This record gives sequence, structure tokens and C-alpha cells, in this order.
Amino acid sequence: MKHFAKILVSSLALMAAPAAAETIAITGGKVVVGDGSAPMDNATVVIRNGRVVAAGGNVTVPANARRIDASGKWVTPGIFAGFSRIGLVEVGAVRSTNDTRAADSVFSAALDVQYAVNPFAAPVAVNRAAGVTRAVVSPSTGNSMFGGYGAIVDLGQDSDPITKARAFQFVEFGETGHSRAGGSRAAAHILFRAMLEEARTYSRSPSLFDSDLMKASDAKALLPVINGSTRLMVHVNSANDILKVLDLRKDFPSLKLVLVGAHEGWRVANAIAAAKVPVLASALTDLPEGFEELAATQSNIGRMKQAGVQVGIGMINDRDAHQLRYSMQYAGNLVALNRIPRAAGLSWDEAFAAISSKPAEIMGMGAKLGSLKAGRQGDVVIWTGDPLELSTQVETVFIDGVEQSLSNRQERLRERYRNPAPGALPKAYDR
Amino acid sequence: MKWKDLLAVAAAGALVTGCAATAAETETASASASGPSKSSAKAVFPSTYKRYPSDNVVITGATIFDGEGQQIDNGVIFMSAGEIVSVGGPDTAIPTDSTIIDGTGKYVTPGIIDIHSHLGDYPTPSVPAHSDGNEATSPVTPEVWAEHSVWPQDPGFSRALANGGITSLQILPGSANLFGGRAVTLKNVPARTVQAMKFPGAPYGMKMACGENPKRVYGNRNRKPATRMGSLSLTRQTWINAQDYRKKSKGTKPPKRDLAMETLVGVLDGDILVHNHCYRADELNQIIDMSKEFGYKVTAFHHAVESYKIADILAKEDICSAIWADWWGFKMEAYDAIPENAALLQQAGACVVIHSDDENQIQRLNQEASKALADGRAMGIEISDATAIQWITYNPAKAMGISDQTGSLKSGKMADVVLWNGNPLSVYARPEKVWIDGAMLYDANDPGRRPVSDFELGQPGEGDVK
Repeated sequence: MKHFAKILVSSLALMAAPAAAETIAITGGKVVVGDGSAPMDNATVVIRNGRVVAAGGNVTVPANARRIDASGKWVTPGIFAGFSRIGLVEVGAVRSTNDTRAADSVFSAALDVQYAVNPFAAPVAVNRAAGVTRAVVSPSTGNSMFGGYGAIVDLGQDSDPITKARAFQFVEFGETGHSRAGGSRAAAHILFRAMLEEARTYSRSPSLFDSDLMKASDAKALLPVINGSTRLMVHVNSANDILKVLDLRKDFPSLKLVLVGAHEGWRVANAIAAAKVPVLASALTDLPEGFEELAATQSNIGRMKQAGVQVGIGMINDRDAHQLRYSMQYAGNLVALNRIPRAAGLSWDEAFAAISSKPAEIMGMGAKLGSLKAGRQGDVVIWTGDPLELSTQVETVFIDGVEQSLSNRQERLRERYRNPAPGALPKAYDR
Repeated sequence: MKWKDLLAVAAAGALVTGCAATAAETETASASASGPSKSSAKAVFPSTYKRYPSDNVVITGATIFDGEGQQIDNGVIFMSAGEIVSVGGPDTAIPTDSTIIDGTGKYVTPGIIDIHSHLGDYPTPSVPAHSDGNEATSPVTPEVWAEHSVWPQDPGFSRALANGGITSLQILPGSANLFGGRAVTLKNVPARTVQAMKFPGAPYGMKMACGENPKRVYGNRNRKPATRMGSLSLTRQTWINAQDYRKKSKGTKPPKRDLAMETLVGVLDGDILVHNHCYRADELNQIIDMSKEFGYKVTAFHHAVESYKIADILAKEDICSAIWADWWGFKMEAYDAIPENAALLQQAGACVVIHSDDENQIQRLNQEASKALADGRAMGIEISDATAIQWITYNPAKAMGISDQTGSLKSGKMADVVLWNGNPLSVYARPEKVWIDGAMLYDANDPGRRPVSDFELGQPGEGDVK
């Protein structure tokens, strides 16, 4: 069994062995930098040593570069999914393949998704082929309001998906936090405060640590949250719950908060903006799924943006292990919303930034990821047209400057059944 | 939402099944409740729907998708007294006493139809008190009727109208059961009662389910079915019972009235349409053989993510596949789903219906059809824009038994019409106006033409453009 697994892994590694990063010049395309600026016609993107060297209209093509003619195409940074569970799940309802939550673990904040993200999971390949190159990966919560450490990953075909481990700690407030903490919002707030206080106790004398609330490992995991060296990503939806979360900084002034979900964020957008807390918001949620989101509206992101909130798209609990490829459609819908009187959407340029540079910046990775500015990692996608439009297809994907395979099992199934009737041999021989 | 529920439930080892598994319904004599029936029995729970007042409306200069695969450029459509009067090119006669809407640069389609929805029986807010979609107390419940669970104040109806242009929809019981119960077809018109939403003349559907859901729900309780073979045996035995009941009903000593059997006999008599939740190609084929054994017809397989593997068989059997554009991987039987499913079926000449099974995607069924179209074209299958619109208009209408009344823009049909501010296959298009039986019930430019359910009245955000 072990032997078999080893063979499988090595053969996959061989198949997936990426070409070494090369110097590439993508010329003549419509180039979107991803920082909210307007697309540039007939522009060039140069990638070298895995990074973007230049993107613009007046770029010199290095003599040794492989040239790719992108005339009539669009060239953009890869899509950055602002929230996901990519690589943690193969089949959602098959528990043994689902690593999003650990309800029976004695640990909580100490859980770390970096050990669970599987770069060879089918959803990674499927979403890579759709143009998604990076993602925030978060655990769900099990027996505690804390889910553990999330990571930033790439969707490349190589065996190392982790861009940044321990990029943030994930915590549930609102209705789920209420449930995880024992049955009320008051319980969630006291538990949160008590756990952070216990973590401080731990830091003073780790060897003497003895707590009814958590293990030493969890206490240790919360220390970088308290001192703000690690972001705290808070899933919260209602206007009131958001205000109470912002208030946590009265007791813990160094908390580096990021809100995710925030379906009623527009109602308290000024407070969020004043607190300078960024938001990864669900784009199109507009129904009162729970009482914590009675005011959910598709105008949420647009209104928060207007109020000065730093906001990107993050689709929490919305097919977030399999369908990161909805990101472009969601962004496109926000553009469409601008044509509806009294609704608030985003401009095209802002909408694309909401699925590229904005999530990267919100996660503190803006200098490295999310755009085609010089020095960013070479995550580049060539599209047949407007990347937010439903009819557009992906042609080429680079991650860290390496051209990626777009093959995946959906594509293989499609080809096998292009003509469904068996031929001279059964379908099982078509491959 | 149901999808999330399903996963959470599966993870918890619990039983209820949300959307990604559902069932249809059948009815017997009472099918006549709101429609034509071979039975002379008096209708029960009859439709009380009445169309709202309408003006004579003409839209000119628009691109028209007629719902039956035709595209008319620079087209004209005339509606009057709740019906479509004429549809044609620029030379179509325009009556003088009408409101003229300049549709230049805009698009017109029939009202969008969702064949698979749980609005009302799994309404928002999704609290346990609202969980009314699965009578998961027995795997065989053809006696229950979805309309007796539907909450007309579900805010989801309004979003489906305003964002998705949905004018008719079928509400099904869930898929926990082999026989889930009767489905109901509604007009998407806000009302105080379900009866006032019921589509006049629509036949009943019956929800059935195969595969993972029933065996998970009941197997976890150590009850039959715990396996797929258990499911088939129980389903067949139930049909045998129904055949027996039917035979006795025609005899001199009719059996005691039985609601479950009345629904099943309605199917055997051809009055009630079977909507069978089923994912895998091999299981679809099992169901087809079972239907032949008992002499009934499966109208549509719902969620049939593997239809593409037997597209030729489904074309031959004339069974529709009601499917998502691209859902996959949420459970084992959805692992082989591919985005080209619809296109491969279309290529084989099989019937395609794009459905939502989801209170969010019902708001963008046009975009789901567009994605399925684009994925087909990317693999080299030529399909027209107008055909993709047929997947969400005429085809579902046909499979719901209402295509004589709605689903395409033909003279004499109900004036269920959407005016889009751009090509509905583009991500940038939204409904601008929606008419149901000629009554304008949504207008993006008029906040007064926007329904707000009782539940949302006086709540935060009520004044918001949802």
C-alpha cells in the first residue's frame, strides 16, 4: 500500500514536472495590470526568473525571450481567490477526503492547513485551468470558534502549494461563533477574550500552562494574533456583530483584523472604513439565509467601496472548495449591477482588482502577488476575451513564471465521451 | 443553500437532504385541481391565480429569442390582454393604442422557467422551523404534496423575479425519499396563498430519487434502503402495489382511498409527470428499465451529471436531463460531472434543461445556460444562442407540461416576457422589465415594481434594491 502510494506520487511528479522558469514575452494583447487601472491595448508582458519584469505599452522584449503572440487576447494577472477551501477537499460529502474541519480534535487554533492542502486534488487542477492561480485557504471551525491557521497557496502543478503558511488565524463570530462557543454571542465574546488572556498567561510561563479552555499548542498559536504579527480573519455577517468585532481592538489593540463574509457590511461601512479593517466579502449574496444577514444585498461590496472600505471578493461557504472559477462571473455581475438604478456595483477595473490585487493586498501580499506590476510573481493568464465574460476561455496559465498544464479529469472525461457510444473497444480503453 | 445544508448534514452523519437531491410527485384524480385531467374527480386545492391588469405593450427594435430556438433581429413583440398577440421582424404591424417600448440594443426572451426549485419549501431564512422539503420519516411518501409546504412569503421568489426573470417554476419535495411526493408548478407572482400562485392547468409532477441520498438517510437509521439494490427493490415493490391498487380501483370493489396510491396511479395513467433525481449514468439506465417494467415514463432526470455518458440512450428514450452547468465534486455521485454535459446532450439530440436547485443560481439561470453554451463551443460543438435560451424556457415548459401555455413567444400564449438590458447570455445583462401574463411585475427603473415579502417588510435593508 505504502509502496503503491510512493510509486503513484513519483509518477505524478514526473508527469507534472514543470518546465523551468523561462523568459517570456507576451505581446500584442490587451493587458490588465489588476491594480484597478484601465486595460492597455497592444501591450507587452515580460516574465523572467519567475517574476513579472514589465507590463505596458513601451516594453522592450529581451532577445532571449520566448515570444507569445496575444493579439486579440486579454492578458491579466492570475485570479486570486480571496477565500477558499481549495486543496482541502476532493469530494465534499466523503469525509475521508474532506479536511476543512476537525470536530473531534482536541486542538483548535493550533490546527494548520499547510499540512492538509493537497496540490494534486482534482479541484486544484480544474480551477487552475479556469485561470485561478492563487488562493486564500482557510480551515472551518470544529469544536471551537477558532478554526486554526490558514495559508496562501498557489494552484500550480508542482508538489509545493504553500506560498505563505500561517498567513492568518480563522475565527467564527456571529451565528456560527455563537454555536461553537456554547450558545450565545455573549459566550463567544467571553470565550474569545478568555482564550487570548490564557495565551498571554502561557507566554509568561509555558511550562506551567494548565488551562481548561485549551491546549498549550492552541495558546501558543494565538500569541501572534494578539501581537498582530498574524492576521485574524473573522467570519461575521450582521451589522451589530461587525461593530462588536471592531470593538475587540479596545481590549486587544494590536489585532490585525480582516472581515470575511460581512453580508451587512454596507450598513456599518463608515465604521469599517474608519477602523481601517479590510473585508473579503461575498459578492452576490442577497438573501436572508439567516437572521444575521437580513440586509444582505448585491450592492454590499459597491457600497462598502464607496465608503472607503478596502474590499475584495471572498466566497466563504459558497462552493469554496470546488468553484473558485466563479470568481470572474461574480466580478462581472458587480459590473452589471452598476446599470441598475439605486444599486451599487463596481467599475470593470475595480471588479477585476477585487479578484486579483485587492485580496492580495488585504492578505499583506500585495507587493508579491495579485498584479502585473514589476516584481510580482509571474502568475499570468491569457484569455480569449474579456475575462469576466461568460463566453471567454482560458488559453494559457503561468504560475511563478512556469507554463502550467490545463489538463484535468473533467477534460479527460469530456474527451472520452465526445462520442458516447463505444467503438471497437469499451470506453475504458479510450484515454 | 441546500447544497451547503446537504454537506453539513452529510458531514454530521445526519439525515435530511437538501436540494442536491429531490423528488417529484404524482397525482391521481386530483390532478384536475389545477389542470386538465382525464379524471372527472373534483379539483382539490385548486388554483385561484388570476392575472393582474395589463396594458397593450409593444416592444420594438429588440433582439428576440423566441424560446424555440429562433432568433429575430430588430424584432417586434405585441402583448395584449395577458397574451402574446404577435412576434416578428421590423415590418410587424404595430397597434396604435399601445405603449411602445424602444428595445433597441436590448433583448427579449420568454419568461425564464426553473424546473427544479425549493423556494417556499426550503425558504430563507434557512432556520430549522422552515425546513419543509423532505418528509424524511419514510422512504416512500408519494402521498405528500410540496404545495402544502410552500411558504409564499419566501423572499427568494422576489430575487428570482428581479434578478433572474423567472416567471414560472416547479417546486419539488427533497430527495431523501425514493418517492418524495408531488411537485407543484407556480407562477412567480407574489400572493397570500399558494393556491393564488398555482399555475392554472399545470399537471402535477412526482419527485423520485435514486442514488446516495435515500440510502444515506435511511441506511444511517438501519432501515431500508441502505443500498442501491435496496432502493430499487423498494421502489419496484411500491410500483407493484400501485399496479394492484389501480387494477382494484377499476373493479367492482374499489379499495379504500389512499393518497400515496392515488399519486402513483396518476403516474401510471400518464396524468402525473415523473421527475427523477438521479446522478450516475448506470443508475439512469436502471431507472429507465424500471419505468419500462411498470409502463410509466420518466419525463426528466434531475441533476443528471453523468447524462453525457449515455446521451445517445437518453435521446432515444426521449428523456430530458435537467442539469446544472458546472456543479461537481460535492458528493461521490457528482464526481464525474463535467461542464460540457449540456452541450454533449444537445449534440446527441437529447433534451436539455438547465435548472438551479438553488435560491441563488435561480437568480442567474441565464448565466448558467451561457456557461454551458460556452463550454460546448470551446470543445467544438456548434450551438446557437437561441438554443441555449431554449434550455431555460421552452424545454423546461415542455417537461413540466405547460408548453402549450408558456415557454415560448408564440401568438396566443401567456405573455410571460423578459426585456433584458443586454444579451442575456452576457454577464453584463440584467432583466429590465418582467411581465407575467402581460402584467408588469418588475421594472428595474421603478422601485414601485419590486415585490417585498411580508417577512422582509420593516426589516433592515427592506428599502434596499435587493
